[in-house]
Amino acid sequence: MGNSTKATTAKTLYEKLWQQHLVEEKVGETPLLYVDRHLIHEVTSPQAFANLKFHNRPVRHPERTIATMDHNISTRSIEIDAAGEGAANQLRTLEKNCKEFGIELFGMGHKNQGIVHVMGPELGLTLPGTIIVCGDSHTATHGAFGALAFGIGTSEVEHVFATQTLRQTKAKTMKIEVNGKVGAGISAKDIILAIIGKTGSAGATGYVVEYCGSAIEALTMEERMTVCNMSIEFGAKAGLIAPDKTTFDYLEGKEYAPKGNVWRQAVSDWKQLKTDQDAEFDTVLSLKAENIKAQITWGTTPGQVISVDSLVPSPEDFTDQVEKDSCAAALTYMGLTSGTKITDININKVFIGSCTNSRIEDLRAASSIVEKYQAQGKSVSSKVDAIVVPGSYRVKEQAEAEGLDKIFKDAGFEWRLPGCSMCLGMNDDVLEEGDRCASTSNRNFEGRQGRGSRTHLVSPELAAASAITGHFVDLNSKGI
Amino acid sequence: MKKFTTHSGLVIPLDVANVDTDQIIPKQFLQKTERVGFGKHLFHDWRYLDISGTKNNPDFILNAPKYQGASILLTRENFGCGSSREHAPWALEEYGFKVIIAPSFADIFYGNCINIGLIPIKLSEQQINDLFRQAENAELNLTVDLLNNKVFSQNTAYEFSLDKFHQYCLEQGIDSVGWTLNKLDVIKSYEKNMPSWQ
Repeated sequence: MGNSTKATTAKTLYEKLWQQHLVEEKVGETPLLYVDRHLIHEVTSPQAFANLKFHNRPVRHPERTIATMDHNISTRSIEIDAAGEGAANQLRTLEKNCKEFGIELFGMGHKNQGIVHVMGPELGLTLPGTIIVCGDSHTATHGAFGALAFGIGTSEVEHVFATQTLRQTKAKTMKIEVNGKVGAGISAKDIILAIIGKTGSAGATGYVVEYCGSAIEALTMEERMTVCNMSIEFGAKAGLIAPDKTTFDYLEGKEYAPKGNVWRQAVSDWKQLKTDQDAEFDTVLSLKAENIKAQITWGTTPGQVISVDSLVPSPEDFTDQVEKDSCAAALTYMGLTSGTKITDININKVFIGSCTNSRIEDLRAASSIVEKYQAQGKSVSSKVDAIVVPGSYRVKEQAEAEGLDKIFKDAGFEWRLPGCSMCLGMNDDVLEEGDRCASTSNRNFEGRQGRGSRTHLVSPELAAASAITGHFVDLNSKGI
Repeated sequence: MKKFTTHSGLVIPLDVANVDTDQIIPKQFLQKTERVGFGKHLFHDWRYLDISGTKNNPDFILNAPKYQGASILLTRENFGCGSSREHAPWALEEYGFKVIIAPSFADIFYGNCINIGLIPIKLSEQQINDLFRQAENAELNLTVDLLNNKVFSQNTAYEFSLDKFHQYCLEQGIDSVGWTLNKLDVIKSYEKNMPSWQ
């Protein structure tokens, strides 16, 4: 905790973003922050629009809001009605609301349609130094660009519509430093799961986290998004990575990114967006990249995670009574026995997709594993159903141009249309009771992918390998 | 939002940590476009033995006869983690809860509760353990006094803190959008000074 020695002028990246967006800070009132970009989708917006209409209030800056359809759409058809009656009603309500309030919508089959946190960055809607909000907890994804991005509830969606601002209490700051070089085959998903394993599922509640260190700087933008995406899974309000050349190179020329002189001014401003050398964080956590192994969750919170070479834990492994109880309950729900090698656990479903891992690099990583197995004459196990759901139409198009869809299909994977799909199972992509799924998504909560279903969170590489072998695999020890 | 000053009611002890919003209201009930109709699906997978929600699970505490009519939910750490769905507090409120007491809450859920006037109260682990013991041994009724930041049982007063502005909004039943709309001049003056790329 910072004390009297704390330098008065040195600021963290979070404090700079906060300061730059402060509209009003008044005694007795929660500070008011400006919101630069508001992303919306069909599930958490209808009640906000309804309240606006009830009060006869306009959307203050419709051009700052962008809508897409992602949560409950079908991944088999671009027809709205294929989503089912309730979902179709919600999708049509979004269409009507966007039209009425003048908001740009990427509807079914639009070339820009995609999961909200895949679509925003790939179009250049996500910019460093901005505040981005969305009625979705994985909004932290956009923090990968040095944007302060966080999930909000529907009442707050309404507040942003009407005022283009939000009231926020200031969070504490946590620095998570990952230094060194990760081993071969270790992905961004393994890095973030290892972090969550260390902090526990609520380790960063009340904090905004900044990820830094040489292993973070070495990541591509898509890998950084995977890391920031799961910030909420250990309770963080937001996750941040300071923008750098990697960020600027990724954004330059993107459809919605600034152009010409405005771009040059923006980059010059964005270069200031880093934590000052003397700035102090409330908490600091350090990991050595070399020590991070492939990760697999065994329980029902993302913090219940172990390395691929480990055994399923037992309640006795924990000292805290609440953790002991949670472990016992999770083992029962997951149908697992303490002491089992995690690589001995068989799975029957595989999901490659979600706002965590459905970008082009994820699909390349997964398909490269599939190709290696195919070279050995192996394809998806007869006991496994495996689906690949690209994050957006742009990702789908790029993957098809590279022939990745063919690699997956030839090996026995289903190649679907973009959407949130089985990450939350709001459409018909749900698991049956007792199904055990290797999933590249972000939550392994009870019933998340379907009532009574069992989810193990893994990287795209591990999900691909599990689909073929029918169980978890230590890819390094297998020489794959 | 309705005004909240004090509330007295029966406590139901839900002894589970890390209760996530998927558990509070599963995704299949999020397809509504209205704010109502969620209470009957609260804790669906724990509360009902079947997917259609017709067979009560007798082992789940919400179905226990002695806790019917409870309006104060006592629970464990990190309550409301996961998805930002405001449908979770809507479901809790529609079921009849006015107050939730826990050692900690997930940030987004906490804000969502404040915004709809469902009172989230943080007490220490020790105080929570104490309340669990009381609620599990006998019928426990509590009075929550927002004006004085205290929760009263028959013998004890537990003090809690709330952000001053949150407290004011809850007590007065403030329309927070309307409150901010009164400050359009300040917002407009901020906008005038923004860099062109922002």
